[in-house]
Amino acid sequence: MSEEPMPLYEVFIRPKAGLSHKHVGSLHAIDDTMALHMARDVYTRRAEGVSIWVVRSNLIAASDPVDKDMLFEPSVSKIYRHPTFYEVPEEVGHM
Amino acid sequence: MYAQALDQKDKGPKVVEDPEKLARFEARCAADEKIEPKDWMPEAYRRTLVRQVSQHAHSEVIGMQPEGNWVTRAPSLKRKAVLISKIQDEAGHGLYLYSAAETLGVSREELTDALLSGKAKYSSIFNYPTLTWADMGTIGWLVDGAAIMNQIPLCRCSYGPYARAMIRICKEESFHQRQGYEIMLTLARGTPEQMAMAQDALNRWWWPCLMMFGPPDAISEHSSDSMRWKIKRFSNDDLRQKFIDATVPQGHFLGLTFPDPALKFNEETKHWEIGPIDWDEFKRVLAGDGVCNRQRMRVRRQTEADGAWVREAARAHAKKRAARQALQAAE
Amino acid sequence: MTSETPLFTYTLRLADTALVLGHRLSEWNALAPTLEEDIALANLALDLIGQARLFYDYAGKVEGKGRDEDALAYLRDDREYGNLLLVEQPNGDFAQSMMRQFLFSAFALPYYTALMGSKDETLAAIAAKAEKEMAYHLRHSGEWVIRLGDGTDESHRRTQVALDELAIYIGEFFAVDAIEQALIDAGIAPDPAKIRAEFEATLAHVFSEATLIMPKAGYAQTGGKQGQHTEHLGHLLAEMQVLHRAHPGATW
Repeated sequence: MSEEPMPLYEVFIRPKAGLSHKHVGSLHAIDDTMALHMARDVYTRRAEGVSIWVVRSNLIAASDPVDKDMLFEPSVSKIYRHPTFYEVPEEVGHM
Repeated sequence: MYAQALDQKDKGPKVVEDPEKLARFEARCAADEKIEPKDWMPEAYRRTLVRQVSQHAHSEVIGMQPEGNWVTRAPSLKRKAVLISKIQDEAGHGLYLYSAAETLGVSREELTDALLSGKAKYSSIFNYPTLTWADMGTIGWLVDGAAIMNQIPLCRCSYGPYARAMIRICKEESFHQRQGYEIMLTLARGTPEQMAMAQDALNRWWWPCLMMFGPPDAISEHSSDSMRWKIKRFSNDDLRQKFIDATVPQGHFLGLTFPDPALKFNEETKHWEIGPIDWDEFKRVLAGDGVCNRQRMRVRRQTEADGAWVREAARAHAKKRAARQALQAAE
Repeated sequence: MTSETPLFTYTLRLADTALVLGHRLSEWNALAPTLEEDIALANLALDLIGQARLFYDYAGKVEGKGRDEDALAYLRDDREYGNLLLVEQPNGDFAQSMMRQFLFSAFALPYYTALMGSKDETLAAIAAKAEKEMAYHLRHSGEWVIRLGDGTDESHRRTQVALDELAIYIGEFFAVDAIEQALIDAGIAPDPAKIRAEFEATLAHVFSEATLIMPKAGYAQTGGKQGQHTEHLGHLLAEMQVLHRAHPGATW
């Protein structure tokens, strides 16, 4: 018989001041406090971060892979949103 | 480290897959695309991965025991700290791998149950005893060395969470092999007793380490599926040869003799050739009759049992705390 | 012992306390209630062993006889060890280990904070590093004491037993002998009496959340600092030192 599972948490670390938090992995903890402690112990053993977020995995809403084309294809064709789309004569210099 | 796990055919019930989805999946694997947890995947792929990733995780966790055997006797404070942090990394690696396995829809508790019931295997290298301090050097140098050989290709495994866990693990493990070799180097440059200790450890660990790569390709029952699905990328014999070629000169540099009278360098192929591996020993230890199989499992089961009241208390306290917070919010 | 300076003896005591507790925590290797906690306990052990190495290194320099950290850690007997009695107590169950960690950290945090103001720059610098680490140890162990104390009936019982058994060693934290008094007077060692209120407030706060009852102040067992230990330290050192002592003069 399996024990009642401990909740799964996702861990996000800010590698240094000024950068965004980045997903680094997950762990099991009984509550937010324990999750923060454990995240510190598990994921910052080599001074990988300056700030930690933890969130219960089941609270994350995720897009469905089936919708990938519908969601992300339309933006691929809008190349005019990228600076390289536009021509600036070399004489004008950096812009 | 755990090539032997890859050599088990998927023995689960055959599932008839939607041919259109299957074709798209195979095309994605062929194109080296990463498969993510919520993507469609054939049942046999999922089962193969759950088995392989969880056995890899179990190996990390059981692997803490043979090295843990020397933590309290480490001969210097520096070595003590290094050994603790290395074993701690292994716990971390077990944790990363369990998390990767969990993305395939099995819980940590289910995975643990499979280990404790004996249903899931772990690398049989950990069923050998660590008899002297030199074994700490040999494990780092050879066992971790063999593991790295196996793990580097897994960083490009088709399953995203497994590949990402392996990248992190390989990065962290780079110090494990080096610290092991440094222990050996210090022993080799030390007293005659220390040198003898190093030689004895190599004598005991060399052959079991070569077995870590799994049975020879000729008799290996690995399915072509694993190769095609980019879960496995090199054959057992190829990786084993790579390991031998890298390791033999390192051993000679230490002034050690490999316990293999047939060991010789082939000038034509530029490879080191070894004598026959005792595959009966491999099968015997894998089947449960190694020196430490029973001990390792007994310790793991006892640890799980001893921790049950702690985990229960944590759950009970979290519920009380949540209830109190709810009550406060309601007031 | 008489020829040793108070500073040497005092620094060794700090080193021995950190090492013995770190060693005890390392005995938990692979045996913790969860994999996550295995990793956490190893961090605590590594912090303490790291502190011990700094203190030993300094003690060796103060002594000036060329003894390094390993000579001091591995080649002294239990009668020469000056650690607090609390930290040599066996791990017992998880409640015992967490209670031991909590009691020590609740003392060590304000103690090292005070030591940061020492007139001895090296001790002050080591304390500055140790203080941050002990703050985390206190948080981690304190959370566990609360969880276990206010968890199930079984965990509450085990945690109360742990407190009842270990309380006798609390008094030693504050027992000052002539060696320590000389350093307090010289502004090198902190006066533990001055942090007693903070220590007791930490205990009162955590034990109230944990629904634990602090035993009435009774007899305080002392002697660890002077090398009069419980039976447990000899076994710990026998195991820790066996390999090092078996190969005199060897390098590892």
